[in-house]
Formats: sequence, structure tokens, C-alpha cells
Amino acid sequence: MFKWLDPYAKPQVLFATLLWWQRWLMPLAIVVLLIGTIWGLGFTPADYQQGDSYRIIHVHVPSAIWSMGVYAWMAIAAFIALVWQVKTAQWAIGAMAPIGAVYTLIALFTGAAWGKPMWGTWWVWDARLTSELILLFLFLGVMALQNAFADRQTGDKAAAVLAVVGVVNLPIIHFSVEWWNTLHQGATITKFAKPSMDPSMLWPLLICILGFALLFGALTCLRLRTAILQHEAHRPWVRQYVEEQQHARV
Amino acid sequence: MSHVAVFRATLKRELKLLARQKADWVNPLLFFIIILTLFPLGVGAKPNLLREIAPGVIWIAALLSVLLGAERQFRQDYRDGVLEQLVAARAPLLGYSLAKIAAGWISSGLPLILVSPLLALFLGLSAEALLAVVLTLLLGTPLLSLLSALGAALTLSADKGGILLALVILPLYIPLLIFASAAVEQAGFGLNYQAQLAVLAAMLCVASALVPIAVQKALKLNVG
Repeated sequence: MFKWLDPYAKPQVLFATLLWWQRWLMPLAIVVLLIGTIWGLGFTPADYQQGDSYRIIHVHVPSAIWSMGVYAWMAIAAFIALVWQVKTAQWAIGAMAPIGAVYTLIALFTGAAWGKPMWGTWWVWDARLTSELILLFLFLGVMALQNAFADRQTGDKAAAVLAVVGVVNLPIIHFSVEWWNTLHQGATITKFAKPSMDPSMLWPLLICILGFALLFGALTCLRLRTAILQHEAHRPWVRQYVEEQQHARV
Repeated sequence: MSHVAVFRATLKRELKLLARQKADWVNPLLFFIIILTLFPLGVGAKPNLLREIAPGVIWIAALLSVLLGAERQFRQDYRDGVLEQLVAARAPLLGYSLAKIAAGWISSGLPLILVSPLLALFLGLSAEALLAVVLTLLLGTPLLSLLSALGAALTLSADKGGILLALVILPLYIPLLIFASAAVEQAGFGLNYQAQLAVLAAMLCVASALVPIAVQKALKLNVG
């Protein structure tokens, strides 16, 4: 497997591969997200309890799922960067962290906007909400650490260590927060049994989840390509590429 | 040189430095006491209220005062080239890291435990709650020292150390804060808090096995 994967550690090869992937993923992500949101927001039946306001689920749930998913991918990249010293994996951490942070912010914001009409409050110190907020801090920590060094490579490596430490700590944080919540407040609004979704609502949600995943992939390709260009700016192939781009534009 | 020899030599040197530079362990302690003084002034001195918020207040003060001392932990050795020499000589950094963490605990964790009976007076804690405070501090402050050493090692050569260290490390403190203050709270109600202590002990075991390796890695990448 390593023989097969090894060429992709080379920035130039990876750059071309990412370009190919990005060309497919970006339009696909846009189409899937459009289908999912239009279906979810416009054509699904209203909820019998929550009326139309439940429709925010089509943005809230996918972003919440993928905020964690992005962290997992970032930690995998960090692990690869630390163990096999792959430079491009280090850069991938920086490419993914802001995407994850924005997904987390979207999840928190849509959650608050949903919570206001349903629970009557913008924010409760519920276990899930708190975990999500801490996840945002972890993302911000990784981003801040990566940009804090005069030597960019040190920043990349430090961020890799922090991402791996964070992923070890994340389950501990998650369970302790859950435990803390049950200790402090007994029955909360979120405790009622989860109603199973009707297929007519479930399908657009699944499509939106897929759309967020595709968008994450496309944005990662884009950001990682930018990172490769920045890090390899002194290499001949980058100069050649930039010149080609300029010629194409003229 | 073996790990043990490096550990001993570093610890001896650190203790000597602590004995000479008293500010290194006096300042975090004063900071701790001052935060605890500020809380009754800020939220009001009603004994019931103080007793209720005491577990959280004590632990937040402990977190912050350990964090205060953390930034300087490796900085001196980094600036004057000790770390560079250690890396260049291929000396075992693990022993060095462990000695640094131990010295960090002695300078910023141990004084908090020793001063904790004072808290009982300040915040009106019962004897049971005080015992819980001492026990959780005993288990928790080494964990704080481990994690803050990791933060200090990661941000060692960063341009803006202080606030970055807090941003990186404070989220990792959250489980500790939750379980430690829960233990003290339970003790205040006269309930059993062995479960929380067991969890704290487990976290300490895991952290003391894994964190020094991460610290070593972080030190190397800042120097190399």
C-alpha cells in the first residue's frame, strides 16, 4: 500500500491529483447541496410539532456531524505527518482546521437559532452543545498554534502534535461533559425520546450530509493546493505553473 | 547518559534554581490566593453562596495559577541554549522532560496543596470538603503540570507565547475541572466521591504515560 501511496507524498504529484479531484468535487458538492437544501427547505412536509422551524436541521445536523468528521480527518493527517514525516500531511492540517472551525460555528449558530423558538433560549449548557463549543476551541487552538511561529515548519509540526493530543482527549472531554451535565441538571428539554424521522424528511437530510462531506473534500483540495503553492513557491515547477496560468489568462 | 541520570541531574538543578529564585514558586501561590480573595468581593460574601461556588472557584484558581507558571518552564533553557545542547548531544529528552514536569509540580502544584487549609477559612468549607480539596489537588495538580508542560513545550519558540498557551491548553483541562470540582461538591454534601477520585487517578495515569512523550516531541521540533 505504501508503494502505491508514496508518490502522493510528493507535492507536485499531489497538486495535480488534487486539481483533478477538485474539478469533480466542487460542482458535485454545489449540485448536491442545492438539491438537498431546496428539497429540505421547500418540499418536505412540515413537522407536526415544530412546524417549519425544524427545517434548519438540513443545515444543522450535517455541519455538526462533519465538524467532528473534519477533526477526525485532521487528526489522521496529523498522525501521518508525525509518524511518517510526510510534509504534505502537515500542510493538510492547516488546510482542514479552518473548514472544521467554520462547520463548528455553523452548527453552533444554527443550533442557537433553532433553540430559541423550540427551547425558548439561545443557549443551554447541555452536554452536546458544550462539547461542540470545546471542539471549536480545539480547532482555534490548532489554527493559532500553526500561525504563531516565525518558522512555518515548526508551526506545522506543533499543530500536528496538538491535533493528535486533542483527538486522544476528545472522547474524555465528551464523556466528562456528558457526565457533568447529568450531574448538574436532571431532565432537560433534549431528553425526550428521539422521534424517528419520516423518509420524506430523512432523504433530503442524508443528501445534505453528503453535500457537506463533498464540500469539505472540495474545499480541502482547494486549500491544500494553495498551501502546496505557498510552501513550494521557490520550486521550478511552481514557477512554471504560475507562468502557465498567466499565459492562459492573457 | 541514561534517562535516570538526566532526570536526577535536571531535577537537582531545577530544585536549586527554585531555592534561589523564590519568585518562581511564590508568585503562582500569591496569584492563587488573590484570585480566591477576588471571588467573595465580586460575587458577595454570603457564606452559603461561597460554599456553593467554592469547588469551582478553587479549581479555576488552581488552573490559572499553574498556567501562570507554565510559560516560563522551558523558556530559560531554550533561550540560553541548554535545550539545543541536550538535543545536539542526543541526551535522553524524556528524563529531562519528566524532571522539568516534576519541578513544575513542586513549584506550582505543591504550594497550592499546602495552602489549601487556608481555603477552608476563606470559603467556609467543611472539614469533609477540605479533605476532598486536598485529595483532588494531590491527584489533579500533577495532571495540570503535565498538560501545562505540554503547552509550554509546544509554544516554546512561538512569537506570542502567553495567550496562545492558554488557548491551547485550557480546553484540555476541562475533564479535570469537571471531575475535581464535582468531587469537592459531593464531599460538601457529605456524599461519597471515590468514583471521581478514581477517574482523576485514571486520567493522571494515562497522562503521565503519554504526555512526557508528546513533550519530548514538542521540545525537539522547537529546537531542531
